[in-house]
Amino acid sequence: MSGPVLRVEGLTKHFPVRRGVLRRQVGLVQAVSDVSFSVAAGETLAIVGESGCGKSTTGRAVLRLLEPTAGTVTLDGEEITALDASRLRAARRQMQMVFQDPFGSLNPRMTVREVVAEPLVLHGVATGADVEPRVIELLKLVGLSDYHADRYPHEFSGGQRQRICIARALATRPRLVVCDEPVSALDVSVQAQIVNLLKDLQQQFGLAYVFISHDLAIVRHIATRVCVMYLGRIVEEGTTAEIFANPRHPYTRALIAAAPRPVPGIPPNREEVTGDAPSALNPPSGCAFHPRCPLAGDRCRQERPELRPLGASAVACHFAEESAALSDAPEAPPAPLLMRRLETLHAARTSGA
Amino acid sequence: MTAAAGDTALLDVRDLAIHFDTEAGTFRAVDGVSFTVKRGATLGIVGESGCGKSVTSLGIMRLVPQPPGRYAGGEILFEGRNLLDLPDREMRQLRGGRIGMIFQEPMTSLNPVYTIGDQIVESLRAHGLSDRAKARARAIEMLDLVRLPSPEARVDDYPHELSGGQRQRVMIALALANDPELLIADEPTTALDVTIQAQILELMRDLRERTGAAIVLITHDLGVVAETCDDVVVMYVGRVVERAPVKTLFAEPQHPYTIGLMAAVPRLDTMTDRLETIPGSIPSPYAEIRGCRFASRCPLADSRCRSELPPLRELGPGHEVACWHAPIEEVSR
Repeated sequence: MSGPVLRVEGLTKHFPVRRGVLRRQVGLVQAVSDVSFSVAAGETLAIVGESGCGKSTTGRAVLRLLEPTAGTVTLDGEEITALDASRLRAARRQMQMVFQDPFGSLNPRMTVREVVAEPLVLHGVATGADVEPRVIELLKLVGLSDYHADRYPHEFSGGQRQRICIARALATRPRLVVCDEPVSALDVSVQAQIVNLLKDLQQQFGLAYVFISHDLAIVRHIATRVCVMYLGRIVEEGTTAEIFANPRHPYTRALIAAAPRPVPGIPPNREEVTGDAPSALNPPSGCAFHPRCPLAGDRCRQERPELRPLGASAVACHFAEESAALSDAPEAPPAPLLMRRLETLHAARTSGA
Repeated sequence: MTAAAGDTALLDVRDLAIHFDTEAGTFRAVDGVSFTVKRGATLGIVGESGCGKSVTSLGIMRLVPQPPGRYAGGEILFEGRNLLDLPDREMRQLRGGRIGMIFQEPMTSLNPVYTIGDQIVESLRAHGLSDRAKARARAIEMLDLVRLPSPEARVDDYPHELSGGQRQRVMIALALANDPELLIADEPTTALDVTIQAQILELMRDLRERTGAAIVLITHDLGVVAETCDDVVVMYVGRVVERAPVKTLFAEPQHPYTIGLMAAVPRLDTMTDRLETIPGSIPSPYAEIRGCRFASRCPLADSRCRSELPPLRELGPGHEVACWHAPIEEVSR
């Protein structure tokens, strides 16, 4: 495979804030500033961060669902940010999106067949008699059956609806799928089904995913690379293994430490991160994380750290070298009795069914 | 530990059933749920959407809208008195008084047109503190207790002037204002970012030490349960399937649903290639199921499971399981 599927360079999205009768611009929400990354075929890049960090805006700007303020997006060598409206529409065939809310993103008045057939017809992927078999094929691909085709979205559970959204996204055989919190609205057991499905489909079709999530545990299980965003900027970027084994940015470390572990009895391993995320309308001087950072010094208040290579990752922190390896990260393998009992259930399932 | 808990149990829910009569039929949201909460202890109620955990919490406070809701059976003993027999006036005194409540969405639970101070003062006055100045001082004291920065100034803020985490702190201050013996928290950190969630959980642990209030924590997040609870009740489609001290539940879950749920949680500290799933989906809550609610998804299910409802049976100290096949070690295949 020559080069990455998706290359994003210097992507910036600022929203003007206008007030008063004259709609004068009184401020600028710096939702995304100078974000760069690339994703290869068969690879998943996760963008993680908390609400307001700009991860969703990044996802939308990549697909030009929001017009970027600056920067370039290149998909398979074609510069998406330079396309006019009609050529952009054609390019959309190659890049699709799956949203968080499978309730809001399906038209309640369309049957599943219509929902899945629409992109096929719009993009001319299939016509006439070819549409029906392709719809059925797509439904089966995501674990649904042909008899689901005549039903309406409200007849499905959240997990099944997300399967429909995935079938629709895959209809045009895209190269890139941007998944914006695709499992956040789902229950744990269903979440796992959808994550496994996304992984299977990626292997089968060599899809490139941009996976936007606030949930680090899910990210660890699906991503090849991780970008951590804070207040519109990437603060750390690296392979999933490296980010979780050696988080360098104090914010990444705080995120990992703050996630509650399903292991009773281990003391919460909390780094001192206090307060709330600041506003993107009025970001702090210097490093945007400095008001909450346990390591912050004078330099952090004055000078914004650039993203720079460190070890196998890139990190935007003046003191990244000083943040020691996570103090005894509470590694706790699943309880042995739980695993043995799970085996019993698996054995029963295979022999019984 | 369980049977002898009689005199120390603060809340004793027995065989509670809450049904909703709808056009589509009877929705059995809660169908025979029993558990106890000891004084000063934290009980977690976990389960996935539709398991009835939120209706249970609303039911305890008698906040289920009737109709369409209806108490179809059971009793809720709070300090020995059945809340279902209490006149409305007494129940109102109890709510926000000796039983505090925290909900998931602080923005919709706080009144947007009153300052946060006014709302705490109102609650204090409704429960007997008539002196305005004293009530205001107490409000500031409460805001300080939940570590809202500069409480003297923020007491006059409106809810929209606060961040999500701060609003949840105010909700907690409001819930604790009248020194409740029992705090019911329904997904208190679900709407919050993970770093803020960590702060709020820390605060709740700390306040439990300081106030001695017992907590019923309703959540879908097993990580939150592991960090905060002493005992756990696992619910599935309106029933309790397993009940145990927190360490027992995580180390040796017995019910096939609990085992599946525990295994399905993606772990931050261990990497697996594939996540465990529980095949299938929950049955319709309108269906009248005679047997075990989990039978349709359970690999161990046999004809007995499909026809007879398994009762909770004690397998160890405080560990009860509603499964005909428990203990699972005796399953031979």
